[in-house]
Amino acid sequence: MAQQLSLRQKLEILADAAKYDASCASSGTAKKNSVGGKGVGSTEGMGICHAYAPDGRCISLLKILLTNHCIFDCHYCINRKSSNVARARFTPQEVADLTLSFYRRNYIEGLFLSSGIVKSANHTMDQLIEAARILREEHDFRGYIHLKTIPEADAELIHEAGLYADRVSINVELPTDSGLTRLAPDKNARQIEGAMDRTKSRILQAKDERKRFRHAPRFAPAGQSTQMIVGADGASDVDIMGRASALYGNFGLRRVYYSAFSPIPDASAVLPLKRPPLIREHRLYQSDWLMRFYGYAPGEVAQAAEADGNLPLDIDPKLAWALKFRERFPVDVNRASREELLRVPGLGTKAVAKILAARRHRTLRLDDLARLTQSIAKVRPFLVAADWRPTRLTDRADLRSLLAPRQEQLELF
Amino acid sequence: MQNVSLGAHYVVNLPEPDDFAFWRERARGLIQCDVPPDRVSWVEPGGTGDLFAAEGPSRGERRLPVSPEYAREVRASKRFLQLARKAALHSDPARFGLLYRMLWRLQSNPRAMEDKADADVRRIEELDKAVRRDAHKMHAFVRFRVVEAEGGAEHYVAWFEPDHHIVRAEAGFFMRRFANMNWSILTPRGCIHWDGETMRESGPARRGDAPGGDPVEELWRSYYASIFNPARLKVGAMLSEMPRKYWKNLPEAALIPDLIAGAQAREAQMVETGGKDMGDKPGTLDAVGEAIARCRACPIGELENRAVMGEGPRTAPLMIVGEQPGDQEDVKGRPFVGPAGQLLDEYLERAGIDRGEAYVTNAVKHFKYVPRGKRRLHQSPAAKEIDTCRWWLEAERDLVKPRVILALGASAARGLLGRTVSISKVRGEPMPLEGGAELWVTAHPSYLLRLDGDAREKQAALFAADLAAVKERLAELGA
Repeated sequence: MAQQLSLRQKLEILADAAKYDASCASSGTAKKNSVGGKGVGSTEGMGICHAYAPDGRCISLLKILLTNHCIFDCHYCINRKSSNVARARFTPQEVADLTLSFYRRNYIEGLFLSSGIVKSANHTMDQLIEAARILREEHDFRGYIHLKTIPEADAELIHEAGLYADRVSINVELPTDSGLTRLAPDKNARQIEGAMDRTKSRILQAKDERKRFRHAPRFAPAGQSTQMIVGADGASDVDIMGRASALYGNFGLRRVYYSAFSPIPDASAVLPLKRPPLIREHRLYQSDWLMRFYGYAPGEVAQAAEADGNLPLDIDPKLAWALKFRERFPVDVNRASREELLRVPGLGTKAVAKILAARRHRTLRLDDLARLTQSIAKVRPFLVAADWRPTRLTDRADLRSLLAPRQEQLELF
Repeated sequence: MQNVSLGAHYVVNLPEPDDFAFWRERARGLIQCDVPPDRVSWVEPGGTGDLFAAEGPSRGERRLPVSPEYAREVRASKRFLQLARKAALHSDPARFGLLYRMLWRLQSNPRAMEDKADADVRRIEELDKAVRRDAHKMHAFVRFRVVEAEGGAEHYVAWFEPDHHIVRAEAGFFMRRFANMNWSILTPRGCIHWDGETMRESGPARRGDAPGGDPVEELWRSYYASIFNPARLKVGAMLSEMPRKYWKNLPEAALIPDLIAGAQAREAQMVETGGKDMGDKPGTLDAVGEAIARCRACPIGELENRAVMGEGPRTAPLMIVGEQPGDQEDVKGRPFVGPAGQLLDEYLERAGIDRGEAYVTNAVKHFKYVPRGKRRLHQSPAAKEIDTCRWWLEAERDLVKPRVILALGASAARGLLGRTVSISKVRGEPMPLEGGAELWVTAHPSYLLRLDGDAREKQAALFAADLAAVKERLAELGA
């Protein structure tokens, strides 16, 4: 019999095992607070990041696994059956208690609970739900709960999870079916998509019910999300973007997270040992934003990619797209539509809104633009203003090297 | 307007630095009396005001004018009110003067707030932004510590140092979140206390007034250290969101320097324990042969044995995969030459498959055994060893590109599928593999060698049937 682990040792193992999951958001759910209740918790405004780790990621939720024991043997996963990592297991009660002690001290916005699969998918799902149930029902906890659902579990269980959770997620894991077959032989793409589809219909149904009956139960008000691992298989950025846009379109996902495959202890030899550059993950998030907030069609973002199907690493996808379609520029800041302005590299949604508001009052000159944008140097080649016309700058062959950021040396700490 | 003396200067003393309602009241009155912005000084408690306010009682303490009975209405855009409420909380002593100037301008130009390029508008937006950021950081970085109050109740106490006058304005956030707790937030700008029913304020506190520790902080620090991924160090990103000035009040921040310093070592260790670097996949079968001879990626390679390379035509349509070389294979350096190999040859011949036209290899390239006297006893490879050697098997597959692969036994199947399957469940049916090949799984011939009587006959028949099916499939494929 193995020695009993202390709560702290379990926390160390099960937080360590959860650190490869990129999702962290605690925003976009229904507003609630603890006034008039018995417990604690509120979800006000946008999610709050209570701390930042030296890896630059925010800590908003207590992100842990219920257990890192797993009957599956997915090669990219530190918790796979054949891995030699230390194993531990929380009881649902322990998870609830930890969440509450952290929440009451204002360390976190809530809980993000995931798990390795023990005994069976249904058993595991039951345990995840039990932790959420204790929090919600016994402690009247009104903070944020994100549950990772197990696609192999029964639909009723996933339904129950959504009644307690603000957000549910099911990880797609790998962008291509062949990658999934090769690296996650126990998983099944159709099953994952089936579960996502059922979750989508439940969310729609619950929204509809609330329109008719004010007291209809909420179902995952913050929607569903997923995660894809980047760089563990041969999928290119174009493959990944295509998959992401299909997921947004087919399953109404709120977010797709991209997690650069990172070296894991005791990795399988099937995996590449070199991690993909973290910047690749960043470029994928940028392309994701272009699709969600800038009106680019998935096919258009793919046009920003290079011949090998990957986005350039040295410049952002919006600039890459603009450099390829120079005939669309320069754009006149005083006349162009919102859609056209949104395509200008260096202009974000806020800057575009400011330009549109300001030009009702005056004809914009370069000086005005400098006050409204982050970097005038970046936008200048693509814009026409009252006193500015980028003669030939837009056509220069070396424009890319002029605009690409200089390589920076690592900062000293 | 009768009591406005031309050129008079007025001083308004605010009772509290965050009293927006007071400012609003006075500002409305002054505008109704047509007092231009440069004739008013706004002084907060403890402040000295501007040059005019400091010039002495004769000018500084002039009583404010009284609005005429039928004064015109003072108007401001919604956007102005929204921003002004927040901007008034900023610690800049000039904020109330700025807000008054803007309000003054709004009377003649009601849309002045829309001009984002205007200097006053921009400054007000900056103040608003700074206050909102400060409030956001307060929501995030307040850390409660538990002390026991009278009657054994838990009292949660935090120390926080805001940059601006936000404490009173943010009390509601903490009340709604921690409605059923007793808590106090102590700051150098004043404190707020909630007992589950009423909110109370008290004067400025010092850091020493707050408790110094909490038993749960150890757990929290463990969590903070464990959730951090050393392979993704991004110190700049952390610092932009959590500047150093906040660190002294965050119990977890004390860990940061060591986490950063240790990150490279931890990542190196992760890569180290993450398996050996197998290098690039070789481009020729000969190169695979050389590479596996050097391979020590798993403990089998450390035994006294030699790597056994697959053999057969470079473009064989059929690939036969066994488990690992045995004693005789190791001695001869060729696959399937021992007793099991001879049995295999027999069955292949009976099924009409020419072994010379197939590429024959193993899932594991080295012989795993335990020495027992002079003999070396065969040991089955562990799943992890098969997975490690899958690198080389895939290198061979990539080069030979067989149409059909026949896996003999569970180890061979794992080497191709990456998971353990039950032979009885998957035999007799092809499984598609990545890259277009199809996989047929059957038993390992050495299994037949270990059986007797009826059992052997039954299994032999199944084995023969599997080989016949493969032969038929090859014919169908025209291979």
